[in-house]
Amino acid sequence: MKIHEYQAKGVLAAFGVRVPRGGLASTAEQAREVARELGGAVFVVKAQIHAGGRGKGGGIKVCRSLDEVFQKADALLGSDLVTPQTGPEGRRVRRVWIEEGLAIARELYLGLVLDRETQRIVLMASTEGGMEIEEVAEHTPEKIAKEFIDPTVGIQPFHIRNVVAALGLTGDSAKGARVFLEGLYAMFVAKDASLVEINPLVVTQDGELLALDAKVNFDDNALYRHPDIVALRDTDEEEPLEVEASQAELSYIKLDGEIGNLVNGAGLAMATMDIVQHFGGRPANFLDVGGSADRAKVKAAFQIILKDRPKAILVNIFGGIMHCDVIADGVVAAARDVSLDVPLVVRLQGTNVEQGREILARSGLAIVPAQTMEEAARKVVAASRGE
Amino acid sequence: MSIFVDENTRVLVQGITGTAGTYHARQMIAYGTKVVGGVTPGRGGTRVDDVPVFDSVRQAVAETGADASVIFVPAPFAKDAMLEAVDAGIRLLVCITEGVPVLDMMAVRPVVDRAGVRLIGPNCPGVISPGKCKIGIMPGHIHMAGDVGVVSRSGTLTYEAVAQLTALGIGQSTGVGIGGDPVNGTSFVDVLAAFQQDPGTSAVVLIGEIGGGAEEKAAAFVRDHMDKPVVAFIAGRTAPPGRRMGHAGAISAGGQGTAEEKIAVLRDHGIEVAETPAEIGRTLARRIGRG
Repeated sequence: MKIHEYQAKGVLAAFGVRVPRGGLASTAEQAREVARELGGAVFVVKAQIHAGGRGKGGGIKVCRSLDEVFQKADALLGSDLVTPQTGPEGRRVRRVWIEEGLAIARELYLGLVLDRETQRIVLMASTEGGMEIEEVAEHTPEKIAKEFIDPTVGIQPFHIRNVVAALGLTGDSAKGARVFLEGLYAMFVAKDASLVEINPLVVTQDGELLALDAKVNFDDNALYRHPDIVALRDTDEEEPLEVEASQAELSYIKLDGEIGNLVNGAGLAMATMDIVQHFGGRPANFLDVGGSADRAKVKAAFQIILKDRPKAILVNIFGGIMHCDVIADGVVAAARDVSLDVPLVVRLQGTNVEQGREILARSGLAIVPAQTMEEAARKVVAASRGE
Repeated sequence: MSIFVDENTRVLVQGITGTAGTYHARQMIAYGTKVVGGVTPGRGGTRVDDVPVFDSVRQAVAETGADASVIFVPAPFAKDAMLEAVDAGIRLLVCITEGVPVLDMMAVRPVVDRAGVRLIGPNCPGVISPGKCKIGIMPGHIHMAGDVGVVSRSGTLTYEAVAQLTALGIGQSTGVGIGGDPVNGTSFVDVLAAFQQDPGTSAVVLIGEIGGGAEEKAAAFVRDHMDKPVVAFIAGRTAPPGRRMGHAGAISAGGQGTAEEKIAVLRDHGIEVAETPAEIGRTLARRIGRG
């Protein structure tokens, strides 16, 4: 799960990580008021959307007066901000974060990520703050220091010494880094984060360390034990059909093709998309109905797929725990319930497959049956072309 | 022969009184698996059909001599269930539970490794040696005893591949679903090494998917340490980068862990890769000159 920058800074601050002072606004008037309360001569107005690359997209504005804060906030709020990560349609800006301007001496990078290869938490640090870390990794990998932390042991003083040295921090900045890193790591494990990026981590001219930007993602599997994090979810930032699917406990991802897919199991769902594409079609979605697909779930799945206006739908079910006759009943009932009006190819395999196929054949619905994945893929591609 | 499980494996079911636990305990028994006991804290002394239920794994092991356990408990309790099983001396642990937090698995793995326990999963269909023992949720009837090993990160896609093999008259020695999570107990390499050692296995089907570097490591292992033929399929060619495709482990990011990269590496290492999921069985049959 992703959260906004302002939320990430709030979560981090609770663990002793220093962040600039700031406030949230959803109107230009509020923005000016926040700036007035912050005081000072320089402010930064930052669009709050989940996509990165906001600076390049014009979503971060440095302002030198309260009026300028008002103007920039007014222009950003309600606009569709296009960044390198949003796609051409951009993202609607609903809130801006107003922050105090800082006298910045250096820009650094810190990251924490779960590493599947070493099964450890990796702490990454670089002197190349403000740049895309992927680019630094590609062109100057020697500029990224990595510390591998065993979560059962936790962060050790030597990890911190190594990072402080790699970042060239001394004196008060080095002391500040220790507090900063301990807070960052404590938040990561306490809240089951999967990724934290502080880019840039700034050193002010006074030698203070602050998180100028903050990106935090959380492990979806662990959200059940963090209701405070779940409360930060902003469904405005998610694809509406994906939100609807998650409410129906379906695993769904919208794609931009024309063939809808309804499959049980994530691996089989990916493989089904692959074979559809292999035979010349383009998948409109990934949809895994899971292991307990009953009539209600199949119906919800059809409703979501149909909203994306596919030219044909492929149902590919390998009945294991689920029996094919039960699935067939569900498909027939759901197709009737939603008055399905696009070609439907159904491929059933596994437990009770004969009974399942018979139910489809007897249904009176214009269901195109298929025995194998290849036959199903060929038929659905043909159907999507009106053949 | 087979790997990990056979007709002598004595199995406990942790979470046997839950809906899934009861259902699959019955299915496993019907398949012929020696299910010797179940564990649900607070339900000790009761029975599920003929299977005695115990309050703790330690007690269950003492009473039944179980050496394996399969876990059906909900995700918030999976870490505790795995650690309890290791503590009680279980040697083979299969965790079916889906949705276990990554940090929980990072805590479990070192304990499992230190004890020398074989953990399969979590978030997996389990392990089956056809005709001998089934520990997990896969449909038994699609399998057939034989000499081809199957190892996969997926569930239903594995059933698809197994059904193709069986339809071609090619039986399986053991099928292992290692699960789709980023941190799990048993890797492709662990299973490939066991298949290479197993005199009852003469060829292997490997089913991978996008995300991580497990398939690349498997390819290197096949080249350096195996003389048995291996064929593969990789799911997720059409998956968009940066999106989690159902499995927590199935994310390809920043040009890493994509299907095309994995397929290229596998082919470079002499492993034939099926072009489509419908070709998995035929690709293996062609490779070993059967079917």
